Amino acid sequence: MARVAAVRRGRPTALWVSAGFGGLLIWSWHGTRVDLGSLFGGEGFRQIATYVGRLFPPDASAATVRDAGVGALETFAISLIGSLLAVVIGLPLSLVATRTLLYHGILYESGPLGPVSRALRIAVYALGKALLNVLRTIPEIVWALIFVFMVGLGPFPGVLALGVHTGGVLGKLFGEVLEDVDPGPLEALQGTGASRFRILVYGVLPQALPQFVSYALYRWEVNIRAAAVMGFVGAGGLGQRIYVAINLFHDHQLLTLILAIYLIVTLVDALSAYLRAQLV
Amino acid sequence: MARGSTAAPADRSPASASKSAFLWVFGAVFAVSVALSLRTAQVDPRLLVEGSTLANVARFVRGLFPPQLSREFLGLMLRPALETVQISVVGTAIAILIGVPLGLVATASLTWRGVLHERASRVARWGLGFVPYVVSRGALSVFRSIPEYVWAFMFVRAVGLGPFPGVLAIGVAYGGMLGKVYSEILEGVNPRPLETLQAAGASRLGVVLYGLVPQALPNVIAYTLYRWECAIRASALLGFVGAGGLGQQIELSMRMFQFDEVLTLLAILFVLVATVDFISGRIRAWVV
Repeated sequence: MARVAAVRRGRPTALWVSAGFGGLLIWSWHGTRVDLGSLFGGEGFRQIATYVGRLFPPDASAATVRDAGVGALETFAISLIGSLLAVVIGLPLSLVATRTLLYHGILYESGPLGPVSRALRIAVYALGKALLNVLRTIPEIVWALIFVFMVGLGPFPGVLALGVHTGGVLGKLFGEVLEDVDPGPLEALQGTGASRFRILVYGVLPQALPQFVSYALYRWEVNIRAAAVMGFVGAGGLGQRIYVAINLFHDHQLLTLILAIYLIVTLVDALSAYLRAQLV
Repeated sequence: MARGSTAAPADRSPASASKSAFLWVFGAVFAVSVALSLRTAQVDPRLLVEGSTLANVARFVRGLFPPQLSREFLGLMLRPALETVQISVVGTAIAILIGVPLGLVATASLTWRGVLHERASRVARWGLGFVPYVVSRGALSVFRSIPEYVWAFMFVRAVGLGPFPGVLAIGVAYGGMLGKVYSEILEGVNPRPLETLQAAGASRLGVVLYGLVPQALPNVIAYTLYRWECAIRASALLGFVGAGGLGQQIELSMRMFQFDEVLTLLAILFVLVATVDFISGRIRAWVV
């Protein structure tokens, strides 16, 4: 009932929000010069149809298929190692960037910190948070450009880009999980006189682990897609081959490569779903 | 994803034996794939501490500051920034246009299975329900499995440079994601109210409108807003392949080693993303 009341009170707001979005849409429509009429029926549609027609049939020659396979393996490797690196970066940062682990809450109820130690810990916390924000805010493809500049072309900068950006994302998500753990077991452990470190190891982490795994798998699904386009800026994998195929108008090879992306992405999605069901 | 799970208590049931066997197999396969992947991805940590790398890092970091804040540069960047917002809005709108019909058809409980179809003939269930269901599932899967950058690249080839291919790319890739999630939301609704409505003699459309839609709408709106947040990030970067927006500028500045401009552009991107996140978050909190 409270919900109904809330909805009723919210009605003028709903109108305003809709009107706002309507205005935004009209302004954007105008700005992007989208012409749906020409898309469905006219020039734009014919252009797309012609282009799609040119792609068929996919190039099934042994050389192209092998190249697509190698690219798919490379993309898979970039996404796997990139996601692992992200866990390696995100996990310690999340521990540092969690208030309830560092200076606040249950862990610090029985033995409060001295003022200097507390100030230091707050500083570490703030630094950890800020670092996570920077890592996360810069998109992976920009990181890829940066790492290509630093270590040169190839899949390795792609791995670094995924690891650093996703590390920021996972660090934030892990931190939220850590702050949300059920305090009951922690209090019980504290009652036995366990140290803070032991409470972390035996009370907090076992509760958080299933969700850590689940988030890491979810980001792996995001990363396989990202890894597939890293090559656009010179960071290896299928993307590099697609970039070349599009620019050299190798249309049939392009279709083969796109099929390879579809297969590898679908495979990783299925693997991730299977592992989530088994592990979590 | 965010489900409130707690650690499972250690049990001694037979299931735990098979689970531990699984963990061994999984661990072995995992170790081998990581070892192979390290080689395939040419991972070489030594590169990170090499002199040339360190020199490049220093050059990059020094180059970032101070950010390029001249009035001329900011003025030039205003249009691409606005264009980024516009691409995300129209792209999401097109994604909805694609996602809603495909998502509805891709929902088993709407097309061929469950409460609504108990009285339908076999032929109607398979011919009019199951076949379109499979086709639209397949289309959604293709749309969302090909990354938006690849779509954008292809649309640039098909319809030329500018924001239009960016809009189409977001529309298609996110249409696939929206459609899939819409159908999951619709599958997940509580069937009780639908059964009650049907028992009361409501028509199929009535059951959908009064039983299904009210239950699903808050989640549908929330997920669509979330996708809009993703779309603003994506649209900012589609410029890398010539589809308008800030990305093109970021790539240009990066390639010309104008790192002070890169810093400004990233700051602009951050402000845009944060603004959209804020608006969308407020509306989501209010809807759900």
